[in-house]
Amino acid sequence: MTRKYKLGLVSQIPSGEGRTFHVDGIDVAVFRTRNDEIFATQTKCPHKGGPLADGLLGNTHLICPLHELRFDLTTGQAIGSDACITIYAVTRETTGELTVELPGE
Amino acid sequence: MSKQRLVVIGNGMAGARAVEEILARGGGELFEIVMFGEEPYGNYNRILLSNVVNGSQDATEIFLNSLSWYEENRIRLHAGVKIEKIDRVSKLVHGSDGTMTPYDKLLIATGSRAFIPPIKNLHDEKGALKKGIFGFRTLDDCGAIITEARTARKAAVLGGGLLGLEAARGLLTHGCEVHVIHLARTLMNMQLDPPAAGMVKKAMEALGVHVHLEKATTEVLGNGRITGVKFKDDTVLDCDMLVVSAGIKPNSELAMQCGLTVERAIVVDNHMRSVDDFDVYVVGECAQHRGTVYGLVAPLWEQAKVLADHITGKNPSAGYYGSKLATKLKVMGVEVASMGLIEPEGVEDEVVQFSEPSRGQYKKLIVRKGRLVGAIMLGDLSKVAYLMQAFDKNTPLPDERLSLLFDIGAPAKKITFDEMADEAQVCNCNGVSKGKIGGCVSAGKKTPKSVMEATRAGMGCGSCKSMVKDLVEWFCGGEAEEDPTVHYYVPSIPMTRRELTAAVLAQGLRSVSAVQNALAGGIEDAASKPALASLLSIVWKGEYEDERDARFINDRVHGNIQKDGTFSVIPEMAGGICTPAELRRIADAADRYHVPLVKLTGGQRIDLVGVKKEDMPAMWQDLAMPAGSAWGKHYRTCKSCIGSDYCRFGLGDSMALAVKVEKRFRGLDSPGKLKLATAGCPRNCSEALVKDVGAVAVGEGKWEIYVGGAAGSHIRKGDLFAVVESHDDVLKLSGRFIQYYRENAKYKERTYSFVERIGIAKLKAILLDDSEGICAALDAAMDESTAAAKDVWLERNTPKTINQFRTDLTVTDEAAE
Repeated sequence: MTRKYKLGLVSQIPSGEGRTFHVDGIDVAVFRTRNDEIFATQTKCPHKGGPLADGLLGNTHLICPLHELRFDLTTGQAIGSDACITIYAVTRETTGELTVELPGE
Repeated sequence: MSKQRLVVIGNGMAGARAVEEILARGGGELFEIVMFGEEPYGNYNRILLSNVVNGSQDATEIFLNSLSWYEENRIRLHAGVKIEKIDRVSKLVHGSDGTMTPYDKLLIATGSRAFIPPIKNLHDEKGALKKGIFGFRTLDDCGAIITEARTARKAAVLGGGLLGLEAARGLLTHGCEVHVIHLARTLMNMQLDPPAAGMVKKAMEALGVHVHLEKATTEVLGNGRITGVKFKDDTVLDCDMLVVSAGIKPNSELAMQCGLTVERAIVVDNHMRSVDDFDVYVVGECAQHRGTVYGLVAPLWEQAKVLADHITGKNPSAGYYGSKLATKLKVMGVEVASMGLIEPEGVEDEVVQFSEPSRGQYKKLIVRKGRLVGAIMLGDLSKVAYLMQAFDKNTPLPDERLSLLFDIGAPAKKITFDEMADEAQVCNCNGVSKGKIGGCVSAGKKTPKSVMEATRAGMGCGSCKSMVKDLVEWFCGGEAEEDPTVHYYVPSIPMTRRELTAAVLAQGLRSVSAVQNALAGGIEDAASKPALASLLSIVWKGEYEDERDARFINDRVHGNIQKDGTFSVIPEMAGGICTPAELRRIADAADRYHVPLVKLTGGQRIDLVGVKKEDMPAMWQDLAMPAGSAWGKHYRTCKSCIGSDYCRFGLGDSMALAVKVEKRFRGLDSPGKLKLATAGCPRNCSEALVKDVGAVAVGEGKWEIYVGGAAGSHIRKGDLFAVVESHDDVLKLSGRFIQYYRENAKYKERTYSFVERIGIAKLKAILLDDSEGICAALDAAMDESTAAAKDVWLERNTPKTINQFRTDLTVTDEAAE
């Protein structure tokens, strides 16, 4: 089962950056690429818990700010390592409203 | 004059190498060459046999000369024909196929075979080695060993010398339990002393090899095939295969039968001729020169050259006077080098030694009258190239013995290629000299890879690869065609920093996204973004369009990210000076925002560590101090001592100068961080000699400016750049240096490598003598840059991006549906 949550407008996230959202007890990192694609992931890097929303974003790749692990946001797979992050489905309405799907009861 | 007939018995490394050398001296015009090889192959690199056993190389990869090589050089090769007799009276050799071949000159290069010690029950009733027992000497041996090892449960290697350990390494890869049996008290006792051998033993045991020392094998157990071995002390080791690698035995029977003098091997003179018959030459492991039989390849190459010089008449006085034995190899993953003596021989022999067994590091030199007569190195071999040269050429050693073992307090000193002799050997496995590599480069091979393929340098054990690469670059005069991306400023755009700067200016690209769209084909590369941001900020100064997503998090929120995602807040404290009022504000802020740690930094500031992102703007407001820029690749800090105001030794006002430096350069982006210092006297309490830029007062109003110093992961004393007579001149010249560095360094290249790369002499010419006519432009660019620099903490009032300082955005909306 999953539940959907409204995150508000996409404009809360600057282009090319990420922000962390606190949703019903779950933290979600949401990224807005320069091409205006939206991705949502777990917030902490599986390596040493780095805050992924503070990472560097380029195309669909994300670099963790602590030790530069790289992830592909389309799959959640780390590049050059076995690590993996959870990806959450996120949709955007024409109004710019973002909705994220999180696991729930 | 018709050609003479040269018959070569033996087609191994020695025979083939000697023929190559003869051909290189025009021997193809002098001789009709006929070669006999007992093995049914062309010749191959015996050194690499263990790679064949462990599967890292295929048998076909270790051939040295293909069959077409023989054809091209019009050599008649009889592979698989054994010579059974030499008739020196009629000058004929008799082959196993019944042929008789006449010669004018004969070359014996029969090499050696595995020495099989007298052990009971080693052979079957036909006199062959019993089933499951192998020598380790030929390609056929390797094939048989591999086949057997795939099904064997427990394999033993008899002999813990160089070759035995190689065999053990090969066997390991086939999944059987491996045991090494050695007669002596320590492994590799010809090359290593007991402590070094102990470390090798430890490394082997870590890989799962069982080592049995001081074991004399007396008997092979088992009927029909081997089931174990028995030792003199009556203990027994079960095994289902045994590789015998207990040394070599020269193949000198042929020579003995035809009446040549044979002791341990065939006795030769200094021209590599048999002492009894001047038409018979001998080379390699079957030759005994001045009482020594050599089993390594390096002496063989030297012998082949002398022989070729002599037999072709190129240099009739060419002489071989013996070789000094030096070897460098990898044993069970441990880098090992050994040369000359392994223990001192007399009271005048001095031992210089370092040992750190837990890290597998061991260095021992034996010095006699200031010259190197022996060395053993394990682990770190960075000094070996120099030592091997000193050993080989018998050159005097520097008095500072410590520098022979380590690089301390100075940048790693490579042996300079200028000083290296042309004939100095670079690749010991394939006998390639510096000169040969140079010749290959002049013949048009400009990449390390093509040179390695052409010369086979680095294709043996591989330990010389980095040196071959450096040499190719040196011969190319810095224009080696290595992977071009190493010169790109960022990997995603195929331009050097200079080219990129020109393109950015020409196309008016003021933001990182504009650059990636125009020059990187619109493909945004995350890792390139901060590098491009740095360059654009330096090029465009106040006109740079600062897109924050291109910046590392520290430069988005102006603090240093900590491992828990909090930040550190560091206010500016020029020269390490602050007022009581500022101190109070810092203390109050630390209280108010529950700062867990207040710490002095190395750059003479106060660090408030563990601050939440959202508290930062308010803290900056309360502190009412400018940003301390202690978190990015920019001007960081200028440390100072107390100077002339209070210090009784002070010669110059270092504090006032440090304050001026900080006010001048704060807020400047740069390729790497810039840490500065000023010192009021040469006592250097502020450590100005190990800073990116340091100014030291030396009296009479003079200041020395040092550049390129470092005392972090790399330690380097700065180079003296200029001596000036005022604070203003310190500011002007350091500014000029900094601007040149900002415009020309690679991203993340600190001044210590930049200054070394450009060279202090060239920097002085450009920046002091204005050899390129750019000083005025540099000064103007620095003025413009400092004028454009802002206090980034003012973003507390005007945030640069939405939610810039929010750690998380709490969503209160319930489920959408």
